[in-house]
Amino acid sequence: MLNTLENYGWLARLFHWSIALAATGLFGLGLYMVELSYYEPAYKTYPSLHKSIGLLVAVLMIFRLIWRLINLAPLPLSSSAHSNATAIKQVLEHKAASMVHFLLYALPFALFLSGYLISTADGRPIFVFDMMEVPALFPPSKGMEDTAGLVHEIIAWSLAGFVVLHALAALKHHFINKDRTLKRMLWGEQEPSQKTKSVEKNNLTHDKKPKQETLNIRSTP
Amino acid sequence: MFKSKIKSTLVASLLAFGVSGGLVGNFNSAQAETYQLDTQGAHASIQFKISHLGYSWILARFNKFEGQFEFDESKPEASSISITVDTASLDSNHAERDKHLRSADFLDVSKFPTATFLSTGLKSVNEKKAVLSGDLTIKGITKPITMDVNWIGGGDDPWGYVRQGFEGSVVIPVGEYGMMDMGPSAQEVEILVFFEGVRPKG
Repeated sequence: MLNTLENYGWLARLFHWSIALAATGLFGLGLYMVELSYYEPAYKTYPSLHKSIGLLVAVLMIFRLIWRLINLAPLPLSSSAHSNATAIKQVLEHKAASMVHFLLYALPFALFLSGYLISTADGRPIFVFDMMEVPALFPPSKGMEDTAGLVHEIIAWSLAGFVVLHALAALKHHFINKDRTLKRMLWGEQEPSQKTKSVEKNNLTHDKKPKQETLNIRSTP
Repeated sequence: MFKSKIKSTLVASLLAFGVSGGLVGNFNSAQAETYQLDTQGAHASIQFKISHLGYSWILARFNKFEGQFEFDESKPEASSISITVDTASLDSNHAERDKHLRSADFLDVSKFPTATFLSTGLKSVNEKKAVLSGDLTIKGITKPITMDVNWIGGGDDPWGYVRQGFEGSVVIPVGEYGMMDMGPSAQEVEILVFFEGVRPKG
């Protein structure tokens, strides 16, 4: 369940992929629902679905953040740097990655807050699947819905941009660097047999060809 | 906006001065006075009413607007009025709906922050009723309209001012002003105005 310095535990992976799925759905749903015309049956149901799922994801994100803070974060995988330029590039990549990771945690909270403020701007509560009522915590504020709406839209698009960047970076690790970055988020720890094999292989390659790019040596940024 | 209000008030009082000073005989002492809509005391309101599915009505209002009118009891046909509405001040008592109504689907308030009405003429029907014609501009689209108006009453108030009160209503097709189609029962909106105008006595 716990993370190690090398791998993500199942809980972290569950958080990652369930939220990734829900967030993508929320983004699409959000873009779609505002285009619906008044007489569409979905005109009322889709926005309430968007709010309900959004609030659930907010709760998930709180647990995810706590889990992230009390848990180890696996170290970034690096190829062996055989020149100053490569080393600098790698440090910059790691810096960029942790900045994007920070935003992928921070922006959703700004999104939850702004979305919540649209619907509660006049003091009305939000209904979660018609089963639970989340009250308006702030006093009604005139025009709040407009400001919150603009912020919500801008942040949603920014977050979508960073998610795409994040996904492209993962694919780059997988296909260009050919390292375990994507795999360890998908399947976690490698099977023991493979693991020993790969370690052996790495040791072998390390001895023979120390300059090979695909080498899996960990480095702290 | 405030500046122009002062300016037109000034022009109106100069005109009034000219009329009372030089042309008293000709005009039978008729002098149009300029009244400001009493938005300060909120003795004025602009509302609109639109059908919801054909089952009931939604009533909403604009919280911010200003205007003035010229009015003379003895010469009502010379009356004129101008009103400027802050479209973003729309309030239907439902934040999400207000947000939608302010968006480009409806009033597009960031692009068209004001809606205006400028009268072009008035025809008396009887002592209390008249038909007011003028240009209504919403979302940058100007259309001539005629509005039934009713003079409710007027006279001195207890605090040193003179007041005149009116009400009026007009039904307009929303489609003509670039609004999103909200179904067959919501093709028309009724605009309702109730206001007192106020001016210092004398």
